[in-house]
Amino acid sequence: MTAGAADELGGGFPEAARAALRNAQLRRNLRFATHTIRDKRARAVAELEDWEELREAGRQIKQRAIRHLDRHLLALEKAVTRAGGEVHWAADAAAANRIVGDLIDATGSREVVKVKSITTDEIGLNDALARRGIAALETDLAELINQLAGDSASHILVPAIHRNRAEIRELFETRLPGCERLDDSPAALAEAARKYLRERFLSARVAVSGANFAVAETGTICVVESEGNGRMCTTLPQALITVMGIEKVLPRLADLEVMLQLLPRSSTAERMNPYTSLWTGVREGDGPQQFHLVLLDAGRTNVLADQAGREALHCIRCSACLNVCPVYERTGGHAYGSVYPGPIGAILTPQLHGLERGRSLPWASSLCGACYEVCPVKIDIPSVLVHLRSEIVRRGSRDHGERLSMRAVAAAFGRPGRYRLAQRAGGWAGRVVARHPRLAQLAPGPLRAWSAARELPVPPEQTFRDWWRGR
Amino acid sequence: MRIALFITCLGDTLFPEAGRATVTVLERLGHEVAFPEEQTCCGQMHANSGYPTEALGLVRRFLEVFGEGGFDAVVAPSGSCTAMVRHGYARLAAEAGDTELARRVDAVSGRVFELSEFLVGQLGVVDVGAYFAHRVVYHPSCHALRMLHVADAPLRLLRAVRGIELVELDEAESCCGFGGTFAVKNPDVSAAMLSDKVRAVRDTGAEVCTALDSSCLMQIDGGLRRMRAGVRTMHLSEILASVQT
Repeated sequence: MTAGAADELGGGFPEAARAALRNAQLRRNLRFATHTIRDKRARAVAELEDWEELREAGRQIKQRAIRHLDRHLLALEKAVTRAGGEVHWAADAAAANRIVGDLIDATGSREVVKVKSITTDEIGLNDALARRGIAALETDLAELINQLAGDSASHILVPAIHRNRAEIRELFETRLPGCERLDDSPAALAEAARKYLRERFLSARVAVSGANFAVAETGTICVVESEGNGRMCTTLPQALITVMGIEKVLPRLADLEVMLQLLPRSSTAERMNPYTSLWTGVREGDGPQQFHLVLLDAGRTNVLADQAGREALHCIRCSACLNVCPVYERTGGHAYGSVYPGPIGAILTPQLHGLERGRSLPWASSLCGACYEVCPVKIDIPSVLVHLRSEIVRRGSRDHGERLSMRAVAAAFGRPGRYRLAQRAGGWAGRVVARHPRLAQLAPGPLRAWSAARELPVPPEQTFRDWWRGR
Repeated sequence: MRIALFITCLGDTLFPEAGRATVTVLERLGHEVAFPEEQTCCGQMHANSGYPTEALGLVRRFLEVFGEGGFDAVVAPSGSCTAMVRHGYARLAAEAGDTELARRVDAVSGRVFELSEFLVGQLGVVDVGAYFAHRVVYHPSCHALRMLHVADAPLRLLRAVRGIELVELDEAESCCGFGGTFAVKNPDVSAAMLSDKVRAVRDTGAEVCTALDSSCLMQIDGGLRRMRAGVRTMHLSEILASVQT
């Protein structure tokens, strides 16, 4: 997956969604997985009486962090440097990839182990490293599955959510050495991956990670995970390179108290995640002796400039919005054409990569509001979606028919007299179509799209206002 | 109370029975209902489709029509249009940087209510004297549920209806897939959501599916008719207006 993957494919989201919907196995896998996580999250959240207060605290922390991002980033750089780490600033994906590649080259290593990181997927790091002859091995189980399959992530937290156990067993049997016969129990699959990965951990000299949070006050980096592979990567190798979007910074260490309650319950429905790794620079004789922090902009400061859209930068990548989204549940992540799928992806992708890319994504939502309801930092995703829709239309909608009809309807609705005329004309036309249903197939796009799966309403002979007058 | 009815463009044009029933219920409870004929549409379709300038014209019209006339409350048979007025208007005014408009929105939007929240929350009425001897399933529409937080107000009203058999809907809080222009801009996803919804409705064995929004009911009804499920849709107001004859 490269940064360019966010390019709008021919028909954009609607077209990609149509293809995904035809895959019955995919729909079953997604439905099962999203409903399972969704229900577990609801139970985990219900345990806390002060969940709403926690969400509000999370929102305020992120708002403060983003509002003074410049100050916090400089403070972070200072603190990391003081602790023996080195900070690198990357304006875009290419710069970040070059920096990481150079750092690995300097160690002389041709292989790195990786902690699950969407940010490095965003910039297409693995491909960039491969072009320099460096092999990057994903160590998160689901990322490993995708890597072995030559597939890309379809979910923020559960990158292989689109696959079921039988598919994974087949994959392991063909792609992992010494796994000719497996059963598809979770334990057997995990054991196969563990054996394969353990040797790699022990021999790796360089690791690359992302970051869930970075604390400006102390220079501490935080990675949360479930499998322990992250702990291996951040402790065993001699050099550790962390690539982090600049929006991940938190002002104070105490802010983690709130975030580490919000994140696991929202993402994996756990009270606390199994592994929380925190490290500050380097310490002699303990862990990596070289630490590099690459701070990535790649469009983030542009998002920051948009007052209504910048909320998207508050995201802590929990993926709760994906799991409750009725659209994601049916299409899966690949239809979004980005490493950030689902509702959060629909507001992040077009903003990070420019509105030209992923311009159909803000419409990939019925605005049902389920995402906003579960967001641990209260990002009003529906409002940002609506804002982005207006931005895209303002910069030149390609749908001229829609533009014309929206203007015509607005003009008609602007005056009651014209409104009544439009009502009568529409009512008459609607009743004609009701008598001759085949007409709907010849009608303009929206009418045809509607009647492909459902019947059209039959307009009544009398509108409400006609009835009211005759009362 | 002197109540202005905000019929909504969809209710006026396609589903007048919901508006008539709203009038019936409010009058039965002893209130005076007015229908300001200058009203047209709340502007939600424009605002949500990316046409805020066009929406602002309709916002101003709404505020003119319902800001005057000395109404104690404005009631709409729609959770979605009510949510637009209560939440969307302030956002549109803020994004336009129009503080005068924001002030007028503030003065009016707090008096605009969706029918069920008005009956239960404002009037404190649960039993409206209705009789409806049918098996009914209730679909909570998204905007009423998540933007207005009507909670169990509609269910309390339904439970107080005499003769009714109220059944539960599986995955009730899942969106029906309407979403305004979403239904035609992403027709395949919308249809997939709809098919799960109508299956859940049909599986309850209900004769009638009800909701607070004619828009969601238009989607659900379209799906039910296409599958010839034999389930009718009725706006909540129509059930509340029904009496024993």
